[in-house]
Amino acid sequence: MPPALPDAPTCFELLARMALIRRFEEEAGRQYQRAKAGGFLHLAIGEEATIVGTTSVMRPGDYLIGTYRTHGHAIARGTEPGRVMAELFGRVDGTSGGRGGSMHIFDAERRFMGGYGIVGGNLPLAAGLALSSQYRGEDDVTVCMFGDGASNTGNFGETMNLAALWKLPVLFLVENNLYGMGTAVERHSAQTDLSQKAEGYGIPGRRVDGMDVVAVREGVAAGLQAAREEERPTLLEAFTYRFRGHSAADPEVYREREEVEEWREKDPIENFARRCVEEGVLGEREVGQARELAEDEVARAVEFAEASPEPPLDTMYESLYAFTDYPGGWYAVDERSPEPHRGEHEAEMPERARELAEAGAAYADEEDDSPRPNPAIQGDAIDGQTHDVGADDAEALNAGEPGVLEGDT
Amino acid sequence: MAEQRMREALRDAMAEEMRRDESVFVMGEDVAVFEGAFKVTEGLLNEFGERRVRDTPISENTIVGAGIGAAMGGLRPIVELMTVNFSLLALDQIVNHAAAIPYMFNGAVTVPMVIRMPGGGGHQLGPTHSHSFEALYLQVPGLLVACPSTPADGKGLLKAAIRDDNPVVFIEHESLYGVRGEVPDGEVDPVPFGQAAVRRKGGDVTIIGLLKMAQVAEEAAATLSEEHGIEAEVIDPRTLRPLDLDTILESVAKTNRAVIVEEGWPHGGVGANLSTLITEQAFDHLDAPVQRVTGADVHMPYSKRLEQAAIPHSEHVVSAVLATLEGAR
Repeated sequence: MPPALPDAPTCFELLARMALIRRFEEEAGRQYQRAKAGGFLHLAIGEEATIVGTTSVMRPGDYLIGTYRTHGHAIARGTEPGRVMAELFGRVDGTSGGRGGSMHIFDAERRFMGGYGIVGGNLPLAAGLALSSQYRGEDDVTVCMFGDGASNTGNFGETMNLAALWKLPVLFLVENNLYGMGTAVERHSAQTDLSQKAEGYGIPGRRVDGMDVVAVREGVAAGLQAAREEERPTLLEAFTYRFRGHSAADPEVYREREEVEEWREKDPIENFARRCVEEGVLGEREVGQARELAEDEVARAVEFAEASPEPPLDTMYESLYAFTDYPGGWYAVDERSPEPHRGEHEAEMPERARELAEAGAAYADEEDDSPRPNPAIQGDAIDGQTHDVGADDAEALNAGEPGVLEGDT
Repeated sequence: MAEQRMREALRDAMAEEMRRDESVFVMGEDVAVFEGAFKVTEGLLNEFGERRVRDTPISENTIVGAGIGAAMGGLRPIVELMTVNFSLLALDQIVNHAAAIPYMFNGAVTVPMVIRMPGGGGHQLGPTHSHSFEALYLQVPGLLVACPSTPADGKGLLKAAIRDDNPVVFIEHESLYGVRGEVPDGEVDPVPFGQAAVRRKGGDVTIIGLLKMAQVAEEAAATLSEEHGIEAEVIDPRTLRPLDLDTILESVAKTNRAVIVEEGWPHGGVGANLSTLITEQAFDHLDAPVQRVTGADVHMPYSKRLEQAAIPHSEHVVSAVLATLEGAR
């Protein structure tokens, strides 16, 4: 028996939030194809139940920290989708002002303590955040989400040990989407039951269906309670699946189309909506409404991001340092002109340095006519999938000439 | 004024700041019960208890990472890494996280923490326990780098580091822990970062030395004065980020010659960097090429004779100074 559905308003909120993330990610892929978003783009299409199930039972004061696939996590935590999209566009109104990009979304106000680009790098940070709550005698819990690949890093073992040793109020949640980039779990982890990987440190583990938002809620709520009330860190393994490639440029040679199709049958949004309707908790009209809301909000997000300006060049050095009341010396050195100068006081930059900075920035306007994949389509190992892109675009993305191949460096 | 050893001055700095600010705490390998591998945290556990003086497992990357997380959560951790050498295990957290986080999240969060690490050679600890990585950390934007050479500076700079809102790599020298020096009585004020100390005034040549090499530079200056009639100006930068380049440039404008002394490796070293900055910004004032005196370009050998030969001494500095003055006298 699957766990019972929550009340109707909660179900609607869960559905609407998952639909919003799905729609956001699809649009992010499309914007990537349009070259509005650059760099790497890791989409969480298929993983929405794990994300929303988790955040929906967290308190506002709890910390959440994640990986480089966290557009959805921030949105689930309440960050305006427009600010996330603006970050993907590299604009000043982005969550990191265009400094971080897709992999480094951040929203301190909502205690979303960041997306991190180094696999496993966020684990020790989570221990520290939990320590700060414990130190102050506050009962906020830190939820640390990471992928199956991160369970092989040294940080995993070190952090599990520290968290158990110090009884830190933290819930570790491994988003097991079965692949560390393109390497399947059974090819990268000697112990394929990841929930057991912290048992030697005294951290009990549990597995949960990450495609079922209600099951995730239940599992996370139990973990939060153990951390909050019993100072017991736990490890929750959520089985999930990304329907798309690892990143924007993923040749998808490592998994079969049948497998993808099988998982698509478990679509966390479709299935949850169907169940809500079948059990009479939501009507078809409300399900449609959730999708429409998502559509509208993402359309507004794109407008917001489009309208946001690019960061001015003279803000290059801002926030590199927090200046105290005795700033002395040269914190940073700007060597990009014949007149080296204190980079952190960029307003004082000589005219020549300004001209050169502008000359450098102008390269950003160069046309890039190489075909760009739409990661919301490419990499799902399904032929004939179309989106609202033109036939030429679809052809281009199937040509498979990705600009950047992750792991290729 | 009272005489104190460097280790006592550092300990007092931490204790005073911990009394002043509840959010300051210390963690690291063997810092509590053992009172520090170099006894720098002696007495802290006794005064502040286990909540604020925390022994950690041998997990450098995670200790530093937990410090960063705690700092992001509003605390002011002092993380002791047993030695500079071991800090390499924490390089990901120091560079990709502590240094990058404030910038990559656009100033929405700060990382007010101090990462203390002793280094340097001279104790026959061999290739993996004698590093000088000032240059390595100096290279990373977002970090502050302090390298005190006297007990008074050790105390004042550490207090400033603890109060600073930036991540500070605080490099100590193992050979200086036992060195005594005058430290002002009672609560001392922090020594501001980015302010070099002019240890000796002189008009013939500028010698810049850091950590233990600040002392070697002073010894060399005394020899130069006594035996060669050369008056050297000795500058201890005290912090490499921020760097008080202005004081160095003013001195070079006066002396027209510069020698930089460090214990680290020559390629891409502190001296290489400083020499470039001086050349770029004071070229017209220079009467001779800037000279560097560095540690030997090898992994520190164990043999006492080889090790001492690999570390710069006063003779090397004197020789470099004489080279900059060749033909001028």
